[in-house]
Amino acid sequence: MSHIEILRAGVLTTCQDAGRPGWGHLAVPPSGAADHPSWRLANQLAGNPTGACALETTLNGATVKAHRNVTVVVGGAPCAVTVDGRPESWGQPVKLQAGSVLDAGPAEVGVRSYLAFSGGLHPKSSLGSHSTCLLSGLGPAPLKDGDTIPLGPSLAHPPLPTQWPAPWAGIGEEIVMKLHLGPRLEWFRPEAVAELTRGVWTVSEHSNRIGLRLEGPELKRVNPGAELPSEGIAAGALQVPPNGQPILFGADHPTTGGYPVVGVVGPEARAAGAQARPGTRIRFVPIPMPHWSKRG
Amino acid sequence: MSTGRTTAAHRLRPLPAGPRGILIDCGTTAAARACYRSLQNRRMSGLLEAEDLVPGATTVLVDGVDEPELLAAELPGWPLAEEPEAAGEAVEIPVCYDGPDLEAVAALWGVSTDAVADIHSGIEYEAAFCGFSPGFAYLEGLPERYQVPRRESPRTKVPAGSVAIAGPYTGVYPRSSPGGWQLIATMTNPGRLWNEHREPAALLVPGTRVRFAAVRV
Repeated sequence: MSHIEILRAGVLTTCQDAGRPGWGHLAVPPSGAADHPSWRLANQLAGNPTGACALETTLNGATVKAHRNVTVVVGGAPCAVTVDGRPESWGQPVKLQAGSVLDAGPAEVGVRSYLAFSGGLHPKSSLGSHSTCLLSGLGPAPLKDGDTIPLGPSLAHPPLPTQWPAPWAGIGEEIVMKLHLGPRLEWFRPEAVAELTRGVWTVSEHSNRIGLRLEGPELKRVNPGAELPSEGIAAGALQVPPNGQPILFGADHPTTGGYPVVGVVGPEARAAGAQARPGTRIRFVPIPMPHWSKRG
Repeated sequence: MSTGRTTAAHRLRPLPAGPRGILIDCGTTAAARACYRSLQNRRMSGLLEAEDLVPGATTVLVDGVDEPELLAAELPGWPLAEEPEAAGEAVEIPVCYDGPDLEAVAALWGVSTDAVADIHSGIEYEAAFCGFSPGFAYLEGLPERYQVPRRESPRTKVPAGSVAIAGPYTGVYPRSSPGGWQLIATMTNPGRLWNEHREPAALLVPGTRVRFAAVRV
């Protein structure tokens, strides 16, 4: 049988590929691997074409049983890897025989490990993507113990171990993110930029694939009572609800929202944010609004 | 493509939305709708490369653009096509006016519950934009005197198919979810709102005209 079986789904294990960007006008979040570079690298090491679906674990890993011979790469957050109880390599292709059990242990640092199987995984797809979306419910449901997921066709040339271990950007206790100011900077008091430059926020435990809730200095609005008509939210947006505690939106972010966005981070920062545990400190380097936004 | 008249789009204001995004503040809902149509046409004819075009109440987000500054520079001189009303029939949504907030809304409007049904189903709406949940469209068209606030405490569970109003909008919940709008009716077949195997998956895409038809049970 060509599938894998989830023996231990851990806190939260989902199927993730490149997601379903481009459907924002129908209120469909982009979804996809939260730490995109780690997911892509794990797939590359597994010999997969770009875009293959892999497992994304959360904090305490997952255990899977292979029901046919398959090669797997565990990447993303570093963790202990065992096959049938024997230690194996993280960040390297590992061969599984039919019937053997691979365990990806708790993340030593970071949050999300990726289990990329040669041939990719083929769970239910929605709008062309196998990604689970926590906000909209599209794609396969989060995995439960006992679930099975079809494997794609075996690769003609299984991947070989690489000479060097997979590079891992590493996540410290503090992440510094470039924050491109706008679109709604003018909704905040003039001191907001200085506050964003100096301030340190902590990742709250109420964080998930939808967004990181940040606790720290309050970002104050010029007019706290004003209502913003709902508008589109870009990936990586830093939205500020009335309590002044910002939310950094992740892969499963809502497509529209009615609170002002003070700035937007790029893909590198989004990937780093996806590996930020509760308690991680976040600082920002505000990038001024481009000159074209100041005309007129 | 458009035979409608054009107006100078001096109100289009590009705002930066990250390294690859622009939020176009259009000032009004009508301008936002025209701007969205115009962006769609440009994308279809290859004049614009963007990953996502997301209309909002008075804005359009253009995300996944390689050189946002080029688009931003073009916008101020952009003629907006004020196209005539879209041809074709409005989508009809059969509903029962039996929502748990029907009486509260009748009281706010100062009319009977039957009159709420008549008024709500007598208006033609247009899907201004989508949000909240796949298949949920913010339908515009309620006159100002019928606009009501959200409920003071949101419900933790609103059943799929609930027809609700809040502020300038009415809408139908495509799936069971929490919600703070006032529920006045129930769509008889909410499964039509979202179907992944249909193109487009959403029944109510931005720009769709909508009518509610009261059915009695």
